Amino acid sequence: MNERSYITCKALISFICDYLDGALDSRERLEFERHLAVCPSCVAYLASYKETIRTMKAVDSPPGEILDNAPAELIAAILAATSRRS
Amino acid sequence: MTDALPFADNPPAEPEPTPAYMDPPADPNSSLDDASFLARLKAGDSHAFERLVRSQAGPLLRVTRRFMRSEEDARDALQDAFISVFKSIAGFRAGSRLSTWLHRITVNSCLMRLRSQRRRPEEDIEQHLPRFLEDGHEVVPNVPWTESADTILQRTELRNLVRSLIDQLPDTYREIVLLRDIEELSTEDTAEHLGISPNAVKIRLHRGRQALRALLDPHMRETA
Repeated sequence: MNERSYITCKALISFICDYLDGALDSRERLEFERHLAVCPSCVAYLASYKETIRTMKAVDSPPGEILDNAPAELIAAILAATSRRS
Repeated sequence: MTDALPFADNPPAEPEPTPAYMDPPADPNSSLDDASFLARLKAGDSHAFERLVRSQAGPLLRVTRRFMRSEEDARDALQDAFISVFKSIAGFRAGSRLSTWLHRITVNSCLMRLRSQRRRPEEDIEQHLPRFLEDGHEVVPNVPWTESADTILQRTELRNLVRSLIDQLPDTYREIVLLRDIEELSTEDTAEHLGISPNAVKIRLHRGRQALRALLDPHMRETA
């Protein structure tokens, strides 16, 4: 029986970025997912890595917050600074 | 600071009612690329420039607030950006998107200001990266998180915590995480902004994400 060895956790973690970008070739992707099938620690790591990215985006775009108004004094300062250069 | 904000010592008068022709559009980007508006901007029309500032300062301040660690720096970076826009608008190439060009100048303004503020050596990021045994297994196995981005959205203190954790990243990594994951620039555009290779961007992005994951880890394991 041919028992292929698995890639290590270290190798899997080094490939995560390329895995998420779809940049692994089919063989690498297969090995990546074969390891995940038997390693709960790497499943947890991959899930938390993806959640980290989602969390960064979530923090930047909280619902219901009005963030797109610049203070009037800042706009006045910008217009004053540029008018001095005209 | 490049230019002292005039309101610091000399508060501006109450703004006069804005003439109708200066009203910002409902969608701030909807008429930015209008040919006649662009022509007026490029010709140095002060009313057109004022309309640009009034419609775009808000969205671009949001960008500078992401990069800069204080409100004062965020405002100064925005002011620097609009001064750059004012100086170089005549050279803006028709066919490009003005909003993209403005975003690019604003990000560059932030990066330049951040570089000018670096005074001490960056913290070593290695302490936040996974550690492995000789056989390639992690020294400390990972456990699933109980918190999620959705929870973060609902809790102000968690949002503030995440912002502070992002700020803890060494600038070399923080800039790339912001450019790639939040500003959503491509690897190539990020590399161009920073003057490094696309491969260096990929490596630093992965390490930056890993470090932030490690910083978040103890907080995301807690039950709400």
